[in-house]
Amino acid sequence: MRTLFLIVRKSLANHALSTVVTVLSVALGVGLVMAVFNVSTQSRAAFAGGPVGFDAVLGARGSKLQLVLNTVFHLETSPGNLPWSLYETIAADRRIELAIPYAVGDNYRGYRIVGTTRELFTEFELVEGRGLEIPPPGRAFQPDKMEAVIGATVARDLELRIGDVIHPYHGIVFDERAKHAEQYVIVGLVEPTNSPSDRVIWIPIEGIYRMGGHVLRGSGEAYEPSPEAEIPDGHKEVSAVMLTFRGGNLQTGQSLAQEINNQGKVATLAWPIGGIMLELFDKLGWVSRVLELVAYLVVAVAAGGILASLTNSMNERRREFAILRALGAKRRTVFSAIVLEAGAISFFGSLVAFPVAAAILAVAAIVVRRQTGVVLEPFALHPAYLWAPVGAVVLGMLSGLLPAAQAYSTEVAKHLGATN
Amino acid sequence: MLLEIQDVVKRYRSPDGELQPVLDIERFTLDEREQVVLEGRSGSGKTTLLHLIAGLLVPDAGSVVIDGTHLEALSEARRDAFRARHIGYVFQQFHLLGGYTALENVVLGMSFGPGIDRRYARELLERLGMGERLHHTPEQLSIGQRQRVAVARALANRPRLVLADEPTGNLDAVNGREALALIREVARERGAALLVVSHDELVLSAFETRYDLADLNRVESASHV
Repeated sequence: MRTLFLIVRKSLANHALSTVVTVLSVALGVGLVMAVFNVSTQSRAAFAGGPVGFDAVLGARGSKLQLVLNTVFHLETSPGNLPWSLYETIAADRRIELAIPYAVGDNYRGYRIVGTTRELFTEFELVEGRGLEIPPPGRAFQPDKMEAVIGATVARDLELRIGDVIHPYHGIVFDERAKHAEQYVIVGLVEPTNSPSDRVIWIPIEGIYRMGGHVLRGSGEAYEPSPEAEIPDGHKEVSAVMLTFRGGNLQTGQSLAQEINNQGKVATLAWPIGGIMLELFDKLGWVSRVLELVAYLVVAVAAGGILASLTNSMNERRREFAILRALGAKRRTVFSAIVLEAGAISFFGSLVAFPVAAAILAVAAIVVRRQTGVVLEPFALHPAYLWAPVGAVVLGMLSGLLPAAQAYSTEVAKHLGATN
Repeated sequence: MLLEIQDVVKRYRSPDGELQPVLDIERFTLDEREQVVLEGRSGSGKTTLLHLIAGLLVPDAGSVVIDGTHLEALSEARRDAFRARHIGYVFQQFHLLGGYTALENVVLGMSFGPGIDRRYARELLERLGMGERLHHTPEQLSIGQRQRVAVARALANRPRLVLADEPTGNLDAVNGREALALIREVARERGAALLVVSHDELVLSAFETRYDLADLNRVESASHV
């Protein structure tokens, strides 16, 4: 075995350039496979099972998925508004532990502004025992003041601090020309949650109602609030109501879904949130499969590279094999050396694949975090980190079979020079 | 008797598909520790004869017996193993492995035979004046030094028989004389018989026992590639 390793080591060193290129191509292919599977699994887990804190979302009649994407992940547009009365009704329901209204539609430099109530910071728990924490000297906004609380990503990316003033912009897409006249003072920075909430600017819901140019249609008729006058509840409306069930009761979800989605006609209950996101992933499953296929193809190309590299070197190496045979090496020794060499290239490629996968994952994590606030872990382990390298080594050794057969069939006398 | 060749015939297929004999030797023998030179012109079949003795080729008829073992009766794998253990071969072009150091070239040959003995490999190379060049690759050695490594490799497995094909063919007269003397001396020291084939008068005249392959080979005017 030591002899085989010596032969392989020398051969790899003697063909250093082609070895390095082939190792890198294997690393790219295997790294891609590892990264694609890891991103896919982590994304699914983060979107469908990540910390949300709410059991369900009540919104306008329409797509549950759109409702979840808009209110939980702060993506997409709102499917519409609900009258304030519906919020009051659901909040008063004894099956509901917490009902927090959201009003959306503005942004600050691309980060969404969500109008809500103080309960989001005082009652809501993102995970058990931990809510949206605002460390001192920060605090939650006063409902009747023009104050804002911002998520950790917003604070970091826009370099905002307590005391800074922001101007909301109309719409969910940042447009310099759509600047509102109102100003909000930042009074709190939420600690990082590694959730989409990190990308949100929270202001009092009253602030959304009173934003210049906003028209309320809670009563069915257009109503533009005057600066000093109190807004009648009948005119108010909300984009969604975020709900937690008393005791996280499964039956509550089923009965509410029956009442609202099947029997009612004005609202939609998105429940369970994780299940709805899983449906999305199932619908987008083909994208993952295409990516996996591309990754497999890259591995196949890399295996082809090993085959081509070894086959190309066969002619010049036949003399080497003939010498080895003349020294007493058996045909199977020469055969094994080539298969082992192909396996070694795959093995080293698989080793380099780990940092490659981590790099791909790191870039993917940055993109996903920027776009959604969802955090992917670049160094998280995945079963693909075991089966992809093992599979690559096996595939590499298989790709070495053809050149190994050529080496096996080398005629010693013919390749040791002319017979005379 | 160490080597006995009896009624050996070897044929090659010519480009027009016909089998043509290149070697037909009725009898040739070599005793233990004996040193013999075979005179062979270019195209006389001398390399074919050495390949047959080394078991790299199998005769179409006849037998090659070394120390009582009929090589033609052995499977290829057994012939390989027999060659590694009992026969040392100094090739005309040395055939050292590129990228391997002098020591590795010698040690690699040992690994197919009785086993690696680094100390003996080192001692052999030092004996051949290569002590300072143990870790040089063939590319870093002169032709004369390469040949010394080839000799060390041929003797590394303590063979009973050493074959040398035109051992001075790539050397000038001074180096050739020195190399030949070295091969003979070390083979004698290590108790190996030596069969040299050459058409170089310098080599031929150095041996007490000398045969002409043209006399042994019953195929007339053999000329083949």
